[in-house]
Amino acid sequence: MLASTSAPSTQGTRHASGAIFIDASKDAPQKWRAPSGSSAARTPRRGGERYSTAGLKRAHYRQARLPFLLLLPQLLVLLLFFFIPAFRALAQAFVITDPFGNSVQFVWFDNFRALLASPEYQSSVWITLWFTLAQNALTIGIAGVLAFATDRVIRLRGLYRSIVLLPYAIAPVIAGILWAFLFNPSVGPVAHVLKMMGIAWDPIRSGFDAFLLVTFAASWKHICYNYIFLVAGLLSVPPSLLEAAAVDGAGPGLRFFRIALPMIGPTIFFLLVMNFVYGFFETFAIIDAVTRGGPGGATMLLVYKVYQDGFVHIDLGSSAAQSVLLMAFAIILTLLQFRYVERNVNYDV
Amino acid sequence: MVERTRGLDIACHAILVLGGLLVCLPIYFAFVVGSHTIGDVLAVPAPWLPGDRFFENAQTAWQKGNLGRLLVNSVIVAVGITVGKIAVSLLSAFAIAYFRFRWRMLAFWLIFVSLMLPVEVRILPTYEAVANVALPLQWLVDALDVGRLMGVEIALDWNLMNSYGGLILPLIASATATFLFRQFFLTVPEELCEAARIDGAGPMRFFRSVLLPLSLSNMVALSIILFLYGWNQYLWPLLFTTDKEMATAMVGLKTLIPQSDSEPAWNVAMNAALLVMLPPVLVVMVLQRWLVKGLVDSGK
Repeated sequence: MLASTSAPSTQGTRHASGAIFIDASKDAPQKWRAPSGSSAARTPRRGGERYSTAGLKRAHYRQARLPFLLLLPQLLVLLLFFFIPAFRALAQAFVITDPFGNSVQFVWFDNFRALLASPEYQSSVWITLWFTLAQNALTIGIAGVLAFATDRVIRLRGLYRSIVLLPYAIAPVIAGILWAFLFNPSVGPVAHVLKMMGIAWDPIRSGFDAFLLVTFAASWKHICYNYIFLVAGLLSVPPSLLEAAAVDGAGPGLRFFRIALPMIGPTIFFLLVMNFVYGFFETFAIIDAVTRGGPGGATMLLVYKVYQDGFVHIDLGSSAAQSVLLMAFAIILTLLQFRYVERNVNYDV
Repeated sequence: MVERTRGLDIACHAILVLGGLLVCLPIYFAFVVGSHTIGDVLAVPAPWLPGDRFFENAQTAWQKGNLGRLLVNSVIVAVGITVGKIAVSLLSAFAIAYFRFRWRMLAFWLIFVSLMLPVEVRILPTYEAVANVALPLQWLVDALDVGRLMGVEIALDWNLMNSYGGLILPLIASATATFLFRQFFLTVPEELCEAARIDGAGPMRFFRSVLLPLSLSNMVALSIILFLYGWNQYLWPLLFTTDKEMATAMVGLKTLIPQSDSEPAWNVAMNAALLVMLPPVLVVMVLQRWLVKGLVDSGK
């Protein structure tokens, strides 16, 4: 077990931090073993290592009890509030419990089959997908333009950065409230402007308008996050490359698209993944504050549906099945995020 | 800059000003509405400039939303989560980077896997876990039939609902923070540990006197992000507080949003929203440099 799991981690961390990472089993000669009394002398020689040393300091301690005590708080919290609940969600997804909790029946994949066949769930999947894609395009697009501009200007750069960063401090609920007000048909200033322009706008009755509103609010809140990473990424592009391109006659636009953009490719990939995480999991508060999934389920994102089915409609089997599907998706996203760490080889953002 | 491009520079400034407006206008309008009476807000045309009722509205919001108590709760929860996460992940990272023991990689992977289980996807079972933390123990007791051996019925119940513990404890595990510190520990020169050992310092002494001071800047950067994370929590306190006195300001805010046109107290709601977002906004404005460092480091 140790051999198989340690291999990817060794690779990943070494790629991520370059020379910083010191792998005792490869780089260090044996005499460099930390002096720790007689136990060092008893160490089996190279090849006879009992445990993996990936990501271990060359100078380390050998104790059995202390590290467990140090890890205990984290592992206890994880066990109680992560692993057992996740396992129970998994277990619940395969059974049907009657409303009084008296009888439990094992039904294999019936919950999943019913879920995937239900039109509400299908529409929720599509809505979440469209929402996440639109949000992704808006945030990366706007953040990219702003980052490009920030990279060009010299005067006032700090001020612009501070202002664009502000929404990072603002909770999704509050972002939702701010936008719900701006676009409220009876009091909102933007809604007034729309009305003057003759555009029909009513997020309370029109599902499409509500969807747009939620997408705007979510994107507004998340532009700053993308912006921070893109600005940092553009700063890390080696100036010598850009200057060489300029000498060859490439203008600012060409340099951006041909040199800077490919170089910050991994950052963009990372941001795409993070935006998916945000769109799928962290938008609960916006939905709850602005539309509560309405009107007519037009903004019923998947995480809101899990909550609704579990707490409002008390449909435990279905809610658990939805949790399991979301978990599967979260696992895929995390693995993608991990790929970013591995690919981020040439430079650090 | 490589060359002078006047037109492009002006365009860049224009873009950034537009971006700034996009960020600021919603906040500005919240301020405008928060400083008017409801009559003014509903009037046509709606006000575009701030009025003079800001503090009266703030007072109304404060009382109507019970904000005094809720803000205290928010501070306790946010600080608790910040301190808890940093302490727990520092210790774990220290164990994983500096100790050689049998289940080291297993512990590392257990922590890593937790990244894959955001709160939002396991709402219901986590709710049950908080409603009775002793539940796993109860299963153990039932499975081993300890009760019959001792001739008594054993019912374990440890409810964390409506307590600070319930709001803080489940959130203090952090894979991201653990990896950040581990990554940092891997960059600490090996000589420091060797020197400490030659001087006769044990592992905890080395941790306290060498590693902790070195990690200070990372701790500051991370604690800003974690404070914002804790302050802006919404789903968690919404689920685990049924008692209105134990809710956080974020949850209390929702009760102030007008849900229908019958009582459109938008001025009070927006005023409260401004009050609740003020602490994190101040933190970001004052400690911006640290925030950027923390974000970019932990994304790595």
